[in-house]
Amino acid sequence: MNKPLLEVEGLKKYFPIRKGLIGKTVGHIKAIDDITFHVNEGETLGIVGESGCGKSTTGRTIMQLLEPTEGVVEFQGKDLTKLSATEIRSVRRDIQMVFQDPYASLNPRHTIGKILEEPLIVHGGGSAKDRRKKVVEFLKIVGLSEYHAKRYPHQFSGGQRQRIGIARALMTNPKLIIADEPVSALDVSIQAQVLNLMQDLQKEFHLTYIFIAHDLGVVRHISDRVAVMYLGKIVEITESEELYANPLHPYTQALLSAVPVPDPNYKKEQIIIEGDMPSPANPPSGCAFHTRCPFKMDVCTKITPVLAEEKTGHSVACHLYTVEGNDDIERKKQLEGSV
Amino acid sequence: MNERKKLLEVKDLQTTFFTDSGEIPAVDHVDFYVREGEVLGIVGESGCGKSVTSLSIMQLVPSPPGKITGGEILFEGQDLLKKTEKEMREIRGNDVAMIFQEPMTSLNPLFTIGNQMSEAISLHQKKWSKKQIKERATEMLKLVGLPRSEEIMKEYPHQLSGGMRQRVMIAMALVCDPKVLIADEPTTALDVTIQAQILKLMRELNERMNTAILLITHDLGVVAETCERVVVMYSGQVIEEAPTKVIFENPCHPYTRGLIQSVPDMRNKKDRLYSIPGNVPKPGSIEQGCRFAARCESAFSRCRVETPELYRNSENHQTRCFLYDEQQGVTSANEQTTTRS
Repeated sequence: MNKPLLEVEGLKKYFPIRKGLIGKTVGHIKAIDDITFHVNEGETLGIVGESGCGKSTTGRTIMQLLEPTEGVVEFQGKDLTKLSATEIRSVRRDIQMVFQDPYASLNPRHTIGKILEEPLIVHGGGSAKDRRKKVVEFLKIVGLSEYHAKRYPHQFSGGQRQRIGIARALMTNPKLIIADEPVSALDVSIQAQVLNLMQDLQKEFHLTYIFIAHDLGVVRHISDRVAVMYLGKIVEITESEELYANPLHPYTQALLSAVPVPDPNYKKEQIIIEGDMPSPANPPSGCAFHTRCPFKMDVCTKITPVLAEEKTGHSVACHLYTVEGNDDIERKKQLEGSV
Repeated sequence: MNERKKLLEVKDLQTTFFTDSGEIPAVDHVDFYVREGEVLGIVGESGCGKSVTSLSIMQLVPSPPGKITGGEILFEGQDLLKKTEKEMREIRGNDVAMIFQEPMTSLNPLFTIGNQMSEAISLHQKKWSKKQIKERATEMLKLVGLPRSEEIMKEYPHQLSGGMRQRVMIAMALVCDPKVLIADEPTTALDVTIQAQILKLMRELNERMNTAILLITHDLGVVAETCERVVVMYSGQVIEEAPTKVIFENPCHPYTRGLIQSVPDMRNKKDRLYSIPGNVPKPGSIEQGCRFAARCESAFSRCRVETPELYRNSENHQTRCFLYDEQQGVTSANEQTTTRS
């Protein structure tokens, strides 16, 4: 297999919590805490998790919109965290972002033509005439028409605006697109249109996607591989088929069972986990999920499990699959046996 | 056949918004009913009028610009639209209660949970002592599965998480044992694991207290898991109504069919999602013919000229589509179209 397009290693992003008049730092919100993964060329990596798990921060930190606290983001052999601001700018031509809110991410005072032309001006995309030609070309590619270039964002529906957001991301011929909840603000029928468009574009332009979403159905549909995040950490990462057929982490199992299936005849075993996600400012010791985990063991409160390969291409961070955890299980069995 | 009494009946309801750019019929001749102890779902995409319908039942439509311009809302046989505001206030909370999508904005940030719960109780139980009220509030918080309910009584909304706030809202809505609970997208703002908790809670309350629930949602998965019967709305009209099982096994209206097919299924991966072409029309923008005709694969000439009614295709299944008009629809459909499935 080829070298991955993007390699993220030990990435951390801590936001300081400041208090008092002089703004003394009293703690950190560990939005992402030591995550490692890679994205191969031409694939779609889905990142799922509930709100506050750090999935959006991950996207923004890769894009260098947020400065990482620690770690390496290697894109095509270059470590983005070490580049200067001007160098980053030229890299952003190859990495583009599509945002969740198509209402907020388009300038209401610019025409669609201007919005789409801007990336070309920033990244030096030929003469004014060439640029305009390209705007029209991409409008058509995303399913809009030439006359739309003269209109303003408020004249479009949510789905159309998201198409514009995608067109804007495509203008600079990027290699990697980070899509942060691109369809969660859309109605189901429109969501399907946008997902299909993204799949078509991926084939046509050989794009690589990082697809961040909270909807597990959507992620399964579009992703080749999926990473599940909980409280700033990746708890499980594997091929999408494998993850949905055979989830290993108790959190993934609970998450999958919690999704309502649109089929009244489908009877599933629902694992309802109690409580809420703890605050990332004060995460629990050991495994962050132990406060809600149905399989909690003694070791889980003490040692943080590391993401390790359990099967080929299927990594999980859980003590049910570690040496320490197995020792714990053994001990319990012995205790039960002696009683 | 179910012999339960119809508790809430909406008949030919019309709610119109009078705006500068004209009259917008947000709810356009809507009929449906909720039986005692039943969970009825209303599904539809944004702008289909499902929320305005629920606000109309409670008579909470912002007025102006909104106004209920026709129809009847019968609760236990009495027309709510003929009640005075004072009488309505008695009914809200006592008989019909409502919870909203945003648990953050429906609670007052300046008062403790206990304060707000007590207010809701004292408004309806004027003779109760403070102690009685407090006991009842604590009991309700326990009932909706909130741990350490005594402490939560003293806390402010910002100290609670989204799921806990929604539980408080449900507790508050249930303090007076309403017969109908209207839940407008109660889990949309919540994460899936929390959503599963809240849905379970609502199912339990329905079983234990026999509260009828009118669940308004855009999520077909939520409907499949919670509701007995479903009303599908599109552009201000009811376009299909049937028991949940029937809707998913045998969806008749092309819109319902398209909607079910466009949801990505977690169990098996399709190469390509089915998608309904075009956009949801603005309410009031289509004057002639079926509102879905422009996006419909099976549309034929009659659909663009005449407006379909709700046709009964079996005892408990109605569809607003000419394909099911037994008098002339099927014959003309066979002549005009070959895309029928």
